[in-house]
Amino acid sequence: MKNILEVKNLMVWDIVSGKKIIQNSSFDLKAGSCLAIVGESGSGKSVTCRAIMRLNSTSLQQSGDIIFKGENINQLSTKELRKKRGKNLCMILQNGMTAFDPSCVVGVHLRETLAEHFDWSKNEAEVRMKSAMESVMLINPTEIMNKYPHQLSGGMLQRIMIALAIVLEPDIIIADEPTTALDTISQFEVVDQFINLRERIGCSMIFISHDLGVVRKIADEVLVMKDGKIIESGNTEKIFSGAKHEYTKYLVSTRMALSNNFKRIMGEGQ
Amino acid sequence: MLKVDKVQKSYKKNGLFSSERQIILKNVSLECRSRECLGIIGESGSGKSTLGRLMLGIEKPDCGTVLIDGMNVEDRRVRLGNISAVFQDYKSSINPFFTVEEAILEPLKIQNKSKKENIDKITTLLNQVGLPSSYRNKYSHELSGGEIQRVCIARAISTEPKCILLDEAISSLDVSVQIQVLELLKDLKRIYNMSYVFITHDIQAAAYICDRVIIFKDGQIEEIVEIEHLKDVKSVYARKLLKSLITF
Amino acid sequence: MRILRNLSRDRLATISLLIIAVTIIAGIFAPLFAPFDPNEINMSLRYASPSWEHLLGNDHLGRCILSRIIYGIRPSVLWVLVVLFISVLAGAILGFLAGYFRGKIDAIIMRICDTMLSFPGYVMALAVIGILGVGLENILIAFALIKWAWFARVIRTSVMQYAELDYVKFSKATGISDFKIIFKHIVPVTFSDIAVISSGSIGSMILQISGFSFLGLGIQAPNPEWGMMLNEAREVMFTRPELMLAPGLAIVIVVSAFNFLSDSLQVALDPKLVISKNKYKENSPYSAVKVREKEVAN
Repeated sequence: MKNILEVKNLMVWDIVSGKKIIQNSSFDLKAGSCLAIVGESGSGKSVTCRAIMRLNSTSLQQSGDIIFKGENINQLSTKELRKKRGKNLCMILQNGMTAFDPSCVVGVHLRETLAEHFDWSKNEAEVRMKSAMESVMLINPTEIMNKYPHQLSGGMLQRIMIALAIVLEPDIIIADEPTTALDTISQFEVVDQFINLRERIGCSMIFISHDLGVVRKIADEVLVMKDGKIIESGNTEKIFSGAKHEYTKYLVSTRMALSNNFKRIMGEGQ
Repeated sequence: MLKVDKVQKSYKKNGLFSSERQIILKNVSLECRSRECLGIIGESGSGKSTLGRLMLGIEKPDCGTVLIDGMNVEDRRVRLGNISAVFQDYKSSINPFFTVEEAILEPLKIQNKSKKENIDKITTLLNQVGLPSSYRNKYSHELSGGEIQRVCIARAISTEPKCILLDEAISSLDVSVQIQVLELLKDLKRIYNMSYVFITHDIQAAAYICDRVIIFKDGQIEEIVEIEHLKDVKSVYARKLLKSLITF
Repeated sequence: MRILRNLSRDRLATISLLIIAVTIIAGIFAPLFAPFDPNEINMSLRYASPSWEHLLGNDHLGRCILSRIIYGIRPSVLWVLVVLFISVLAGAILGFLAGYFRGKIDAIIMRICDTMLSFPGYVMALAVIGILGVGLENILIAFALIKWAWFARVIRTSVMQYAELDYVKFSKATGISDFKIIFKHIVPVTFSDIAVISSGSIGSMILQISGFSFLGLGIQAPNPEWGMMLNEAREVMFTRPELMLAPGLAIVIVVSAFNFLSDSLQVALDPKLVISKNKYKENSPYSAVKVREKEVAN
């Protein structure tokens, strides 16, 4: 398989304190696969993916090569990069409430985003958006598009984001903890939609999460990060069933403890 | 021991003069037995946190009562030392101007004990929650989320209350730290003979620690079930909830 | 003390603080600092230029301008401070009650505030002067009556965002009395907001008092006041413009000093900055991080 994104020697550091946040991390994303980045809070997962989009705050500097389809993103001008964001690289954030503009209805925001990247007529954009929203199990898209973000639930907003991704058909979707802020039921639905999304548009995905259960369900490959370093990477099942690094084992075992207890009660497994 | 009796709570929808009210809790009755860990599981917006606030006496119910050992929790003298809490947001759980010691001392001070007794007590408490006693002079921003929650637990058990309410106390922590905190809570329960009311949306965590869970939906109790019989839940919603769970 | 130390790092703030301190001291001990009696008329020195004896020259009645400026501090700055203190105090008490207890108390206090705030400040002051008569004390009463509502509103908003925090909830839950909670948990964190808004409004109050005196509604001649001195100089604005300079500059300097101070206070009182300072003091943030890692690893 071809690599769609190659990250080489990525370093991110704080200008003020000089503290290194990401140390020399390199990884590849294969075309059509889903790479999960796991780690505890503060391990640098989010900073890594924001570095790929070059969305980190100005007090963070980055170096290294981020090669997307043969182009080095790290050397593009801001203007060229902006064209790439959304169209080629699409980001889905943790909190849908803050990802949408609270002062206008969701539809306005969606139309603006689409107008930025395509020269579709108003009608065409709307039709495409609606069919995408229906495909992520959002019934009655017209009504949803005329609502404000605070009138919708977190799970719905997250699914709207996925619908937008379907319309944009990006090459890479970067999802930063998209299910963390959700309830059990909406989490289940959103994860389902993520799996569908990959099947439908065949894009590659970087999925950041600290929930190993979700990662196991969705990802092909896993990167384990700790304190800004990648300490282990490889095939999902291999990592989870036979981790080599102590820290990965520790992460897996704690998650197992929680899950096994639950399975015992539910009378499954064992 | 902690008894919620036919409690109802609603908020005014908009403005002072509107009569429209949004009902958050509808006729909720439940009881947390002594030395029991009672889980309250619900989605966001189900009213479980409001129920928590009523149980702590921070807010007053429209009708119905919350009693601890037969006394109303609305009276703050009843609450003194008898009931305590740990909240979700570890960033705002401790006053930023307070050291760990000052934070733990706050509830202790009311008990009119000598200063030295209190200082000794803090050392014991910190050790019990697995922190070195050198942490007493630290500020909350110098601690990690798990450590802050440990301090909050130490603060909650300092008065040796009969009941501690844990409102999403572990939800914002990493899974690996969650386990540590849950184990700690289990140990402390054995030492102090307390009851827990464990409010969460995370069924697996609830299953780990609780003896009995209440499944809560739209301000009403959907089902009360012993944890061993969790797999035999009857209501449609509870079944859906369990089915949606992504296990590892 | 911590605040002063933070402020001393900011040069502009230090200068502003110095100017304000000198002004206040000069105002309190005006008889010691002023070289002449401010009301002493000396027609032979009419419109005299600055000289070694009269550093800022003399006005249309030959009075020493420097002395008048120094005596003018009392009504223009000191009394403003007193009024400010009263209105902030009243505003703070009501704001704390409204923001902390919410519900009916909040609704009632806020509706009264709305009523007060719905009148333009100047119109209210003019009405009070109309009822009570012309004079500095009446202007001050009018100001105290108008300003508290504004302070109450701002302080209430500030209190509200802190009253919902988890550590306040914890204190409430464990049965600590409301007044203890307000004093221990809410006053310290809202203090920065209160200090900033009150120092910010000093400037506008000084200007307003001068404005009323300029209109002839404030302090009465021959007592010195900066706004009135401007008014007196207005008559000879084109022939002797330099007479406007001294009182005008005095107002500008003091008002800007208060404004700069309020800006710097905002930075100096920020709990996050205070906290990061403590971090440096202990000088071991990294070792703390390491301890934490070990905790996680085992």
